[in-house]
Amino acid sequence: MNTLLRHKGWTWGFRSTVLLYFVLLVVLPLLGVYYHSFSLGWSAFAESVKDPIAWKAVLLTLKLALVATMINVLIGTMIGWVIVRYRFPGRSLLNSLVDLPFALPTAVGGLMILLLLGPGSLIGGAAEALGFEIVFHQPAIVIAMVFVTFPFVIRAVQPLLEEIDPSEEEAARTLGASGTKIFFKVVLPSMLPGMLSGGMLAFSRALAEFGAVVLVAGNIPGRTLIASVFIYGEVESDNTAGAAAVSILLLTLSFVILWVVNFVQTKGKRA
Amino acid sequence: MKKLWITLTYLVFFLLLIAPLGKMVMGAFEGGLGGLGDALARPEALHALMMTGLIVVTVTVLNTLLGMMMAIYLVRGSWMSGGLRRFLNSIVDLPYAVSPVIGGLMIVLLLGPGSAVGAFFEDIGFKIVYAFPGMVIATLFVTFPLMVREVMPVLQEIGAQQEEAASTLGAYGWTTFWKVTWPSIRWAVIYGIVLTVARSLGEFGAVLVVSGNIINRTQTATTLVYQDVENFNVISANSVALVLAAFSVSLLLLMEWAKKRREVR
Repeated sequence: MNTLLRHKGWTWGFRSTVLLYFVLLVVLPLLGVYYHSFSLGWSAFAESVKDPIAWKAVLLTLKLALVATMINVLIGTMIGWVIVRYRFPGRSLLNSLVDLPFALPTAVGGLMILLLLGPGSLIGGAAEALGFEIVFHQPAIVIAMVFVTFPFVIRAVQPLLEEIDPSEEEAARTLGASGTKIFFKVVLPSMLPGMLSGGMLAFSRALAEFGAVVLVAGNIPGRTLIASVFIYGEVESDNTAGAAAVSILLLTLSFVILWVVNFVQTKGKRA
Repeated sequence: MKKLWITLTYLVFFLLLIAPLGKMVMGAFEGGLGGLGDALARPEALHALMMTGLIVVTVTVLNTLLGMMMAIYLVRGSWMSGGLRRFLNSIVDLPYAVSPVIGGLMIVLLLGPGSAVGAFFEDIGFKIVYAFPGMVIATLFVTFPLMVREVMPVLQEIGAQQEEAASTLGAYGWTTFWKVTWPSIRWAVIYGIVLTVARSLGEFGAVLVVSGNIINRTQTATTLVYQDVENFNVISANSVALVLAAFSVSLLLLMEWAKKRREVR
């Protein structure tokens, strides 16, 4: 039995199984999408992308994801700062709550936003009376994106804040710098890498988000139809070539972002 | 100044996380406990929850084992050249960057009835897309990086010295793994499992595309929530969502507990 367990074939078998699994599961499907969208030639690809509904959906997604990311960089930096620097009741509870949007299914997140801001609710009713429209309009999409990407910036900023050497700030204070000046000259530069990489991750996640958005967006072409929902619609109506064309636009964009984040992080580690 | 920032933080948390969650919990109890029970006792709800459970178990088992092995090979696999390892390492993260809908689309394109592989399996009477296997593959794809990314840093941190010492002293591969490697990566694997369970429980986009969302056949809990909302059946949607949210919150608490335990040790 033991000699059987120690046979070289086991090692070889394990290695090939794991690598094959990886290639079949991750690499092959990705190549498949690129292959599929170019299989009918460049002109067919260009045709799919030129469809005004398609490129408007991609542009809208970019715009809203950018807004959501900026909101997240602001509130994320603030919350990261407050949680690391201040001691107050409920601090560790808030710290655990940060991860809630990652743990909750995105469809549940979308449903929660729909309930809170929907036409029948208190906030939705008040906004409607004031002439604002939230749900099924662009603000709701931004809120859904902010909700889903909420933890990224906080979790990227926190470790950096914890690492700051207190003597730097003390030195600045001894030399007579004001609180605001210390913040902008000492604290902010050390948080910046986290704000950037967290923001990039949030942006790429917001671009890709589907579950939370599909429930709260009105999905009106050109106005509230974002790229992932557009792709879903194309798949449902059996236009896989169109879906694949928009997919590779989004995919390529996300890959570039991921690559930049990796590059920034490895560079940051070396410095 | 300090008070202002703390108040603002509480405000953001309340508006963005606590209020929506509270509203959903209240919504689920709108019809009383009976309404909640009725919504959950619907045959399609029971079936959807069972499908989700099956997917979670299958995916977690597969990705825990293979993800752990992948992490070990990526860190320790001296049988691969360094360049190949770096290349594989950089593509492990790709599923993070892929929109779930695109993940689903990839599987439909590759294994759907229109493709060569899909047609072959269809001929021998084995449906992949719009059936259970496709849903499992979609979830496997989405959750693959989680375990690898949890285990890899730990392996890198502990270094290979202890393992080398063990094998120099004559321990075989299995013994080295169980006695030396496993005790140090145990907590990372537990985190990985919690994350994988949470992610596969909540997977929506990829599964929706691959499953076709056929009621009582390929519907999961998340896609049932979606369908209930589309049908304006809000109380039922809330009830199923409440079950999902309860699971995710418990997983989150479990994670916090595990982190505390590890820090104490």
